[in-house]
Amino acid sequence: MSSYHLDHLQYLETEAIHIMREVAAEFERPALLFSGGKDSICLLRLAEKAFRPSDIPMPFLNVETGHEFPELLEFRDRRAKQLGAKLIVRTVDQAIANGTATPAPGEVSRNKLQIPVLLGAIEEFRFDCAIGGARRDEEKARAKERFFSFRDAFGQWDPKNQRPEIWNVYNGRLNQGENMRVFPLSNWTEMDVWEYIRQEKLEVPNIYFSHTRDVFRRGGQLLPVPPPHTDASKPDPFAGGRPKPNEPIQSMVCRVRTIADMISTGMIDSPAITVDDIIGEVAAARVTERGTRADDKASEAAMEDRKKAGYF
Amino acid sequence: MSANHPIELLRFNTCGSVDDGKSTLIGRLLYDSKSLMEDQIEALERSADITGGGQINLANLTDGLRAEREQGITIDVAYRYFATPRRKFIVADTPGHVQYTRNMVTGASTANLSIVLVDARLGVIEQSRRHTYIASLLRIPHLVIAINKMDLVDWSEERYLEIRAEFEKFLPLLDIKDVKFIPLSALNGDNVVEPSKHTPWYVGPTLLGHLETVHIASDWNLNGFRLPVQWVNRPNNPTNKELHDFRGLSGQIGSGIVKVGQKVMVLPSGMKSTVKEIWTYDGKLQEAFCPQSITIQLEHDLDISRGDMVVGLDVLPGMGTELHAKVCWMNQRPLQRGKKYFLKHATQSVQAVVTSIDSRININNYDVQPEPAELALNDIGEIRIKTAKPLIYDGYATNRLTGSFILIEQGTNATVAAGMLQPPLEAVKPEYNDFAI
Ligand SMILES: Nc1nc2c(ncn2[C@@H]2O[C@H](COP(=O)(O)OP(=O)(O)OP(=O)(O)O)[C@@H](O)[C@H]2O)c(=O)[nH]1
Ligand SMILES: [Mg+2]
Repeated sequence: MSSYHLDHLQYLETEAIHIMREVAAEFERPALLFSGGKDSICLLRLAEKAFRPSDIPMPFLNVETGHEFPELLEFRDRRAKQLGAKLIVRTVDQAIANGTATPAPGEVSRNKLQIPVLLGAIEEFRFDCAIGGARRDEEKARAKERFFSFRDAFGQWDPKNQRPEIWNVYNGRLNQGENMRVFPLSNWTEMDVWEYIRQEKLEVPNIYFSHTRDVFRRGGQLLPVPPPHTDASKPDPFAGGRPKPNEPIQSMVCRVRTIADMISTGMIDSPAITVDDIIGEVAAARVTERGTRADDKASEAAMEDRKKAGYF
Repeated sequence: MSANHPIELLRFNTCGSVDDGKSTLIGRLLYDSKSLMEDQIEALERSADITGGGQINLANLTDGLRAEREQGITIDVAYRYFATPRRKFIVADTPGHVQYTRNMVTGASTANLSIVLVDARLGVIEQSRRHTYIASLLRIPHLVIAINKMDLVDWSEERYLEIRAEFEKFLPLLDIKDVKFIPLSALNGDNVVEPSKHTPWYVGPTLLGHLETVHIASDWNLNGFRLPVQWVNRPNNPTNKELHDFRGLSGQIGSGIVKVGQKVMVLPSGMKSTVKEIWTYDGKLQEAFCPQSITIQLEHDLDISRGDMVVGLDVLPGMGTELHAKVCWMNQRPLQRGKKYFLKHATQSVQAVVTSIDSRININNYDVQPEPAELALNDIGEIRIKTAKPLIYDGYATNRLTGSFILIEQGTNATVAAGMLQPPLEAVKPEYNDFAI
């Protein structure tokens, strides 16, 4: 290549690598949030690009709701092992058991309950920075966020008072107890993520590809039927997320476009079995990826409210 | 990716005074270029029923915070992404309110093009001048002056020409090479994506047409190699022979090109060496260029750490502790002579003290007021700084990456200034003339 020119993916890549290295250099105890989802899969490849041939100089952290697709957890563990990284998992179940998280009466989704668990893990390991895979194109409150997103001692985001972020000179300074969330994929779109997965030949959990699954319709979404409840000594973690008698189960050829937990991830009707197929679908899509998630539909400001409370 | 011709990326932002229609314009661009998804349009329609008396409000697409929607103003930058067959776009919608100038600077600092909106009824007002000045200060190469709300002045060519003439009076005082004037109505979409039938007297392109074709090929600086060392890459792997002695210098190239075998200098030490290897995850390279992120190994084992800079010998940077810079002040507490700040420049953080405030710009006429007592919120001025350790730098005009810095207030850690360095009076004169031994 004799023309000194980067295409848009190369540009996004170098921007993200630069940010990851700033984190490694400026923070004492950073962590990388790795869920096994497509965005955090890209983060891992970027971490490899930023730090190899050295080890990735931070542990991976995942907050489990207890409602995950089993395929996702299997993939997460395997990928962390492949990369020789330390994976720390903290769960909503533990937090409920030891009283640090309390479900709201009647609330089925555990999305909000991830907040105290994440903040607890940050405190437990004294993390001063957590790298996440959030993208600005996902949602309009996210569209407002900085690469280096400052959180006060309660983990809160203050959208009316963010630090200016000029050029690529990032201010990572913190006082005791405060921390930073850093989003290297801020400028990536859903399409960029899939093009990067194709370019880098990255493995993704197989639930992103079309398969046959039992689903039921609720609130305009096709929700997966959760696995059966076997351990009778514990309460059913999916209670409330199971089909009711008036919600008939149907078998469907489908896949996920975005992964939250099983209770809020709508399946989409899709024959896509390769990354190329998915890219074709994204290009032709008429709804955003968040359009398939119940947690964001709650209200116009659902995401903003969760972020103010300390969400990713 | 797409086959032969790589898709170019254009980053632009909207600016101008409160209510000039910046957010509406971006909403219109997204809407008319068919970049909106059904659920986004539905959400717009839903909010219109509640608050908008049935009219959809395109500004709600970017005004993503509750406080913004309540007040109908933009508080912080929103980023949006869209593509046409010709280009990919990253758009920053910035606030017009003076109080949030810091967020306008944030959104503009990474743009290749700025759109300054003006309300055709009001013409050029203080915020139009401030934002145009900031765009020039940041050296954004391309400017569009969008004369908006033409529907409210009966599509008057005379009014358009009047406003254009007002701009042309002061544009020559600024450093902007490429300026384009477009009359439009963001609300109705005239001259945004489709040409307007109301402006037969206007012969230029629509806004989108201009964004798709403006020449941006060489906005990166390929002269004079600079690699600010970001992270020293030392694999802790004593058993692997190849990695045992690996000592990589990782960073993003700030300007120029580097080749294997090239002689380089490490600053501040002034030691010279040769590039032995350009290492990347995707394999070793023979050469690399700005703004790639790479890891290099040098022939000699020198003492190098974060904050140092590896530079090419052809064009040497300046090095010193006495700096002269323009700053944009972004905090309630004014900039004071004698006060200590942290200064972050490239990958280096040092303590700094402001030794003098040389001037302040009067934003209404761009006059220079010498030796003001302080710089207050949103003031722009020239200052002198002394740093505790030398900076290795270039003038901002030639190098955005090695010519820029931020000031951070000690204690609160607030980012209080964006700084643009004047070119060094002389290039660094290293004391070592030989290669490291
Ligand atoms: N008639 C008319 N009204 C317009 C036009 N463009 C915008 N407006 C109206 O002007 C008002 C302000 O528009 P916004 O897009 O919110 O303005 P803004 O520049 O983003 O404002 P800030 O972000 O708060 O600085 C809204 O009521 C718009 O509907 C136009 O071309 N014609
Ligand atoms: Mg606005």
